[in-house]
Amino acid sequence: MAVREKFEYELHSAQEQLITLSTMAIDALDKSMKALIAHDIDKALQVIDDDADINRLEEELNDQVILLIAKQSPVATDLRRLIVTIKVASDMERVGDYAVNIAKETIRIGQQDLLEPIVKIQRMHELATSMLRQGIDALIEEDVEKAKEIADLDDEVDDLYGEAIRLLFQHSAQEPEQLSQVTQLAFVCRYMERSADYATNIAEQLFYLVRGRHYDLNK
Amino acid sequence: MNTATIKTNINTAQPAAETAQQVEKDSVYSTRQLNLWYGNNHALKNVDLEIGENEVTAIIGPSGCGKSTYLKTLNRMVELVPSVKTSGEIQYRGRNIFDSDYSVEELRTRVGMVFQKPNPFPKSIYDNIAYGPRIHGIKNRKILDEIVEKSLRGAAIWDEVKDRLNENAYGISGGQQQRICIARALAIEPDVILMDEPTSALDPISTLKVEELVQELKEQYSIIIVTHNMQQAARISDKTAFFLNGEVIEYDSTDAIFSNPADKRTEDYISGRFG
Repeated sequence: MAVREKFEYELHSAQEQLITLSTMAIDALDKSMKALIAHDIDKALQVIDDDADINRLEEELNDQVILLIAKQSPVATDLRRLIVTIKVASDMERVGDYAVNIAKETIRIGQQDLLEPIVKIQRMHELATSMLRQGIDALIEEDVEKAKEIADLDDEVDDLYGEAIRLLFQHSAQEPEQLSQVTQLAFVCRYMERSADYATNIAEQLFYLVRGRHYDLNK
Repeated sequence: MNTATIKTNINTAQPAAETAQQVEKDSVYSTRQLNLWYGNNHALKNVDLEIGENEVTAIIGPSGCGKSTYLKTLNRMVELVPSVKTSGEIQYRGRNIFDSDYSVEELRTRVGMVFQKPNPFPKSIYDNIAYGPRIHGIKNRKILDEIVEKSLRGAAIWDEVKDRLNENAYGISGGQQQRICIARALAIEPDVILMDEPTSALDPISTLKVEELVQELKEQYSIIIVTHNMQQAARISDKTAFFLNGEVIEYDSTDAIFSNPADKRTEDYISGRFG
């Protein structure tokens, strides 16, 4: 008989739950961006509604992991795997919250034409979602090589963030009547930049999981 | 963010923060290339271990791995088993305990032992503790009284038995009996205490009491404990040695063994995947 079969099964089930949660959060971020570009208020409202499911799933996952720790006394890699699972779940839940924030900005902007720096924001969004998906893939496969690439992509997001904010400020100087949208897009920029940072966090967590030591990839 | 810096950081595999370096303490025992055979059974294979002073060293491993054999070698109790052969050396305080002129009696005065099942003598609590000092020639009642009280206090059981010192030690609970046995070991003022699964016959509360006691005792004594209870090793020891098939597979700080062991066999054992 395989030793610790029940533990392995429950650990696997917690990891599956994390994948579901992550997919929902990344999809929400995707959907919020699409809603912004398309001025689609219904879609934005749907992102806000769906966030409750992400939050509930994160709570369930936390409970599941706490029970596993309490009942199975895991150590070493098993313990790190569980701790990393709840930390990544928490990061993903935050990504879901950013999607909600972007959806709210979408509702505030309404049908106004979007200012030109939206192109930069779209690029940031592409990178951030791709980094998050790659982070989760790396985590599933416990592949540190994949995780390394995420840190490099984050540099690009940071650069885009700087450029987008600079362009938005220029707009606010030239078209003061656009100040409201400038502020809203600046917030969206910030949410995208933070989402990319969470992808880097996931990469760090993976390094910790595999090597048992802390690495700072977010400098 | 400076990508080059980060790449270097990852590629050279340097973590952001190193864990605190373990400060090496003086060794009380140095085991070098110890081999032991029970007849043809090679029970200990090239064991090298340094046991630190005023530390708790846990020895873990599956049944039959040699951990109890190793413990019993440290006070040469293993020689009571017929057909035992050894090679290599165990230095205790700088002298090889296998030297022909080494006094076993002297060694066992310096190295106390506590066993798996509490084994008080069928005597009063007082006489259990006074037994060792009396053998060593102490007859003065006042001095014996002092030793008994000091030892029972040392074993954190004085308050529970101070009014029943003349009662038979069999009349108290198993957990109390085990602490009486620890007090009995303390009464001869040893340097080292060997513990062979000292809590495996105890209930959880008595177990925690003995564990707390071990933490207090290490201030004055060096303690080596064999345990099947992995969480106990994690809770109370400073260093942990993992034995498998008579070999030391890994010996490191307990923090390292239970958070990030270097050998996969250690990880598999501590995470319950075999044994």
